[in-house]
Amino acid sequence: MGAHHHGPAKGITRWLFTTNHKDIGTMYLWFSFAMFILGGAFAMVIRAELFQPGMQLVEPGFFNQMTTLHGLVMVFGAIMPSFVGLANWLIPMMIGAPDMALPRMNNWSFWILPPGFLMLASTLFMEGGAPAFGWTFYAPLSTTYAPPSVTFFIFAIHVLGMSSIMGSINIIATVMNMRAPGMSYMKLPLFVWTWLITAFLLVAVMPVLAGAVTMMLMDIHFGTSFFSAAGGGDPVLFQHIFWFFGHPEVYIIILPAFGVVSQIIPAFSRKPLFGYASMVYATASIAFLSFIVWAHHMYTVGMPVAGELYFMYATMLIAVPTGVKVFNWISTMWRGALSFETPMLFAIGFLVLFTIGGFTGLMLSIAPADFQYHDTYFVVAHFHYVMVAGAVFSMTAAVYFWLPKWTGRMYNETMGKVHFWVSFVGFNITFFPQHFVGLAGMPRRVPDYALQFADFNMMSSIGAFVYGASQILFLYNVVATIVAGAKVSDEKVWDGAEGLEWTVPTPAPYHTFEVPPKVDAAPAYI
Amino acid sequence: MSFKKTLVTAGAALSTLPSLALAQNQVNMSPGVTEIGAQIYDLHMLILIICVVIGLLVFGVMFYSIIYHRKSRGVVPSQFHESTKVEIAWTAVPFLILVAMAVPATSTLLEVYDNDEAELDILITGYQWKWRYEYLDTSGETVAFFSNLATPQEAIYNTEDKGEHYLLEVDEPLVIPVDTKVRFLVTANDVIHSWWVPEIAVKRDAIPGFINEAWSKVSEEGIYRGQCTELCGAYHGFMPIVVHAVSRQEFDSWMAAKRDEAVSELAAVGMEMSLEALMSEGEAVYNRQCVACHGAAGEGGVGKAIAGSAVALGDLNTHLDIGIKGVVGTSMQAFGNQLSDSEMAAVITYQRNAFGNNTGDVVQPADVAQHRKG
Repeated sequence: MGAHHHGPAKGITRWLFTTNHKDIGTMYLWFSFAMFILGGAFAMVIRAELFQPGMQLVEPGFFNQMTTLHGLVMVFGAIMPSFVGLANWLIPMMIGAPDMALPRMNNWSFWILPPGFLMLASTLFMEGGAPAFGWTFYAPLSTTYAPPSVTFFIFAIHVLGMSSIMGSINIIATVMNMRAPGMSYMKLPLFVWTWLITAFLLVAVMPVLAGAVTMMLMDIHFGTSFFSAAGGGDPVLFQHIFWFFGHPEVYIIILPAFGVVSQIIPAFSRKPLFGYASMVYATASIAFLSFIVWAHHMYTVGMPVAGELYFMYATMLIAVPTGVKVFNWISTMWRGALSFETPMLFAIGFLVLFTIGGFTGLMLSIAPADFQYHDTYFVVAHFHYVMVAGAVFSMTAAVYFWLPKWTGRMYNETMGKVHFWVSFVGFNITFFPQHFVGLAGMPRRVPDYALQFADFNMMSSIGAFVYGASQILFLYNVVATIVAGAKVSDEKVWDGAEGLEWTVPTPAPYHTFEVPPKVDAAPAYI
Repeated sequence: MSFKKTLVTAGAALSTLPSLALAQNQVNMSPGVTEIGAQIYDLHMLILIICVVIGLLVFGVMFYSIIYHRKSRGVVPSQFHESTKVEIAWTAVPFLILVAMAVPATSTLLEVYDNDEAELDILITGYQWKWRYEYLDTSGETVAFFSNLATPQEAIYNTEDKGEHYLLEVDEPLVIPVDTKVRFLVTANDVIHSWWVPEIAVKRDAIPGFINEAWSKVSEEGIYRGQCTELCGAYHGFMPIVVHAVSRQEFDSWMAAKRDEAVSELAAVGMEMSLEALMSEGEAVYNRQCVACHGAAGEGGVGKAIAGSAVALGDLNTHLDIGIKGVVGTSMQAFGNQLSDSEMAAVITYQRNAFGNNTGDVVQPADVAQHRKG
């Protein structure tokens, strides 16, 4: 037979009909970047309106549509698909598999996403406007009092959920069945481990979300009263169901980010990851705990005190495995030989800012104190520290780290560093003052605010514009790399990088590992 | 305990420094004017300080490494990568710190939940987008009223200057006595709202069909301001809360005056009002209740236009019906139990004669009372 490689099909059919994990990964990554820009545009509208007290640019109702779509697009359109794209590109290459286990389903799980988001975005042009009830869509604001477009929102959520479930099943099947001989579970790169656990979380909770929106659909159109006390239902039931999905969801977002950082920090420390096994166990513990802490988002709904105490203690426990991870990353750096290329800068940015987000998370877990923090800008600051500086920084680090492997070209290092510093400074100017206004009493999701919050809000808006603009630099750098970056041919690209994906040629050929690789008895990254 | 006190005091001293420099820009939680609020503040500071100390240690180690363990300094990387002892230590130590945090948190939480033996009960009901307060007191006439945003639309839309309490002012504040355990029974009429006044350390969700309890014992007379903290629709940002905490005597005389008001309101039922009186009261009611949705010139917005509308120009009974019963399934709520007969008569008259709707119709309180009876 010989080494016969058939390349990709030509033209649009290459992308429409592809079953290749690299093509699908690429599409996921570009799609999520497009959604990142769209969700970012919504955020710019929000920050522009909040630049000064008073209503200037938009009406309060439209402002709520913006906060709602910003959250939905960023969570379901930008962050989640970006990590699925990364998983598609990297998991087969990391475990020595030729492709994903279910390549046709892979194509399908990507291609239902764009219509799903098209439908969600089209609600902006419908009568009554887009959903305006927040990304958490609490009933009855999202049922009895919702605009007619809510039905399209429900269908869009179903579509995105299906896509996520299929993507997760594919990842689980791939990791369980397609590992190269000798690649035992405890030799899996940490990125693969975190994704395997994330995939289980997704399969467990996306159906719960689907259940919640289906109950909404029934309440709206078919006369049921799941969430209406007048018909014997309970609006708080909605919140329990939503957060039973929603809390694992935040770990779905952050665990792959942990995985990325666990690949990058050792590479630029030129030292194996400290405490590989404890990292795996900590990830699994976080995943388990994520299922039993959901009601800490609901301390003020009037739960019995025993319930409050339980959820408080359980939530505080999450600090333990999360702390272990942070300590392990820092121990990895300790007495390494560090260098600070762009991926490492973003990884360190992640480490610092995610840790700050973790601290405020611990503060929020304290139920009595949460009575003062709940639904204020303190919460907004907290979750942007973990979502943006956590997930998005780590994703950005990943793109810079693997881009040379994917394209065979090196990005512009200076521009990458400028991107990091502008992002880092812009991010902190945006979100750090939000801790202050939150503690001083500014509620979240308001289009206008009292005068004492004016200065910090203006600062926050300026920071947001800076952070937003820095993403254009990122886009430019990536496109310029693909088109005209300096060629790289070294398989390893980075001298400290370890793992099977660095053993294939650079750029990674269309098909890799048609013959399973030999896995070392003790891989260098453990 | 004294160590904790010192930490808290040190932290409090530190946190006031920036706020002195930037008078308006409060950067920290306020201990407020209740014992619970002060406890929560101490708890917040304690945990904040623990986090800051741990953060400084962790980042200190990290930055040491960043500075001294650089490749550019020619360091040869060490290859250590495991230590079960260290892993156990940094699992156990944080766990113990958490237990230390959980102890004061638990005792504060139990106090927050101690709703017994209240001296005064107030029913708080959230509406889109205002609050209703009812004093649950079996003696005498019921005292209940709505509390609406008092900031004019012109200030919100920047054609007029914004006052000191922009967006945090209401037409009628909640009045409570100091040094009295007041229990708040919180519910909602439409969607979920949340009643929060930071200074008195009460935040409770107002959930339609359920009643939540919270309590407060305010120790200082004063005016305390808060806002709705659960997204409740378009004007979520525009339903403030103002609490006047007054002395017991002042409260009693206020209460007596409110009871008299309620009685005279009943007496006014048969009263004839002039068109001028109806129009001027109607305008006031309109600007309080209707303007957010229907616009300052009756041009519509969230709600339908009133200027030139079929309802305002058409059959009076239909108009009264909509005003009193609302329109099911829309944001147009039933104002029947929110407005008195004279207020309803005034606002309907106003809507039928303002904005170029020159019907010349005059609606009297008695007409409204008659209509309510059906």
